[in-house]
Amino acid sequence: MPETKEITSPLQGAAERWERETLEPALRKHPEAKKHFQTVSLEEVNRLYTPADLAETDFQRDISFPGEYPYTRGIHPTGYRGKLWTMRQFAGFSTPEETNARFKYLLAQGQTGVSIAYDLPTLMGYDADSPLAEGEVGKCGVAVSSLADMDVLLAGIPLDQVTVSQTINAPASVFLALYLVVAEKQGADWKRISGTLQNDILKEYIAQKEWIYPIRPAMKLVIDTFEFCTKHVPRYNPVSVSGYHIREAGATAVQELAFTLRDGIEYVDWGVRAGLEIDQFVPRISFFFNAHNDFFEEIAKYRAARRIWAREMTERFGSSNERTLKLRFHTQTAGVSLTVQQPLNNIVRVAIQALAGVLGGTQSLHTDAYDEALALPTDRAALIALRTQQIIAEETGVVNTIDPLGGSYFIEALTDKMEAGALDYFRKIDAMGGMVEAIEKGFPQREIQDSAYQYQKAVERGDQIIVGVNRYEMKDEQSEVPILVIDESVRTHQLERLQQTRDRRDAGGVANALEKLKRAAQKGENTMPATIEAVRTYATLGEICSALRDVYGVYEEPAF
Amino acid sequence: MSEQKIRVLVAKPGLDGHDRGAKVIARALRDAGMEVIYTGLRQTPEMIAAAALQEDVDAVGVSILSGAHNTLAPRIVQLLRDQGMDDCLVLLGGIVPQEDIPKLKDEGVAEVFLPGTSTEEIVKFLRANVKPRG
Repeated sequence: MPETKEITSPLQGAAERWERETLEPALRKHPEAKKHFQTVSLEEVNRLYTPADLAETDFQRDISFPGEYPYTRGIHPTGYRGKLWTMRQFAGFSTPEETNARFKYLLAQGQTGVSIAYDLPTLMGYDADSPLAEGEVGKCGVAVSSLADMDVLLAGIPLDQVTVSQTINAPASVFLALYLVVAEKQGADWKRISGTLQNDILKEYIAQKEWIYPIRPAMKLVIDTFEFCTKHVPRYNPVSVSGYHIREAGATAVQELAFTLRDGIEYVDWGVRAGLEIDQFVPRISFFFNAHNDFFEEIAKYRAARRIWAREMTERFGSSNERTLKLRFHTQTAGVSLTVQQPLNNIVRVAIQALAGVLGGTQSLHTDAYDEALALPTDRAALIALRTQQIIAEETGVVNTIDPLGGSYFIEALTDKMEAGALDYFRKIDAMGGMVEAIEKGFPQREIQDSAYQYQKAVERGDQIIVGVNRYEMKDEQSEVPILVIDESVRTHQLERLQQTRDRRDAGGVANALEKLKRAAQKGENTMPATIEAVRTYATLGEICSALRDVYGVYEEPAF
Repeated sequence: MSEQKIRVLVAKPGLDGHDRGAKVIARALRDAGMEVIYTGLRQTPEMIAAAALQEDVDAVGVSILSGAHNTLAPRIVQLLRDQGMDDCLVLLGGIVPQEDIPKLKDEGVAEVFLPGTSTEEIVKFLRANVKPRG
């Protein structure tokens, strides 16, 4: 491009003159505070960015307009002027009754979507009465063992009006079935309801580590949900490809971006190979990213994510359907950045992280509560988190203009760098044969562990500052916030309902349904219809997962 | 006199899969010259106690972020004592409310390390508190 060169060289000269005449004398008088300035991902950042950093950038090709390829500036032509992001606070604790009450409270306060957090036994496919569940029932989320619990959890929440997101992975197909059966009982039409299932099993092996079956049959279950939803629940999002947990486990921003998008490509690849029509299922794939402390790095990450996805869907898969090309994502502020020390400071961290998500063009947002480094949030803490989003939306004016940071030399250069870093990882993973193979080799797992360790060392050297932890500490700090305590009575309550459910149901019907599910799994048929049938007979989560374990086996993590 | 290496078992009991902390600690203790054995995820207290005995460790570092510490940590201490490992230190790290700490210590947990603790602090604690082998 000859015209770029003409612009660059006089600029280069001007930049050199500025360095010589203005910068250097200033540096001699007042040296900079440190030699290296780094992002929270330990990436070097330059002192200044100028048009010279965008010499290779072509506006139409790389930046373009909102709602147009490659969607760097957002997927909606009107940004947030047409529709704000969905304020979707993740909540779940104790019994289905308690969580249902929290949902209703948040909806009454202006929240616009519901997001369910399940407890660990549920996430691992165990019923509340499993010996492995002892001490964990209702602790990290709400306990759900069967349709009887799900009915209570979603009571009075009209599924044809409110969209519900479920954070569940290894047993996700069971929870899609539970959701659909509750919707049916409410009289809601499957063709009209929406909602999101996290169902991202790849990141479980990479980072979150709540797996049940070995990788390949687990991928088959994911593809079953894609196929089923495409046919029967066309507005439902059967997967939310998640970088959140990858980041929380210690990944850098580039690693989060690369591994998440490569996971997305893997799902598309498996779907296409299973015979699904790309432009029928990919438009329902959504993403989920972290919003960490480094403000500009995060904004660049979201912008790069959209551009990479659009290009990959075009170049790898040959799609030109704009709904396939548009990357939609949810954002959650970084739980890992919250401190136990001086916990009210977390309100400020969350606000800044949330702002990055908004400036990056997120479709939905969860803001963490300030007390989450201590326990699950209290009502008061959850309310402040929601109010933070409402203040950003209604008071700051950041929603008035689309992609307000687009065109910033720094943001555009950082967006390019993010993209280049992610593509570099794609090449390595492609060379291994794909993401499933890379995970089997332990590649993303090791990369993340290394980054986590490097970060910890940077904190301990004082290169990374955490206010209240390694700077501005307060000795003998008073505990200033009340915390939510979940006692063992939750378990008793859940065990009672589970026992009643087991007593009342038709045991023969349950056994038949489980047998049918096993046969479907053995034959490699789609497991969703048999899973729905099993759920209807009040077969429990533990029973269904156990039936599938009999067929598929269990995953054992190799030592990496 | 050659100093014997401190042997530590880093353990993740319960269903929680958050192993970032456990793995960072394991590596930091190794870098500090200790022998470290990591159990992997989802070990029962019985499995952890058996591994501690088999590996003949001086300390067990338990990482729990799920809120199940009041059930799991004292049980691990008890099982170690039952098999005669009276000097084996049990350290707990993770999300533990301040109010729970005195009771955990009464039940034999040697120290509780909360989020924000430096790995250096844990290394120092182990060096100061592991009993020299007779």
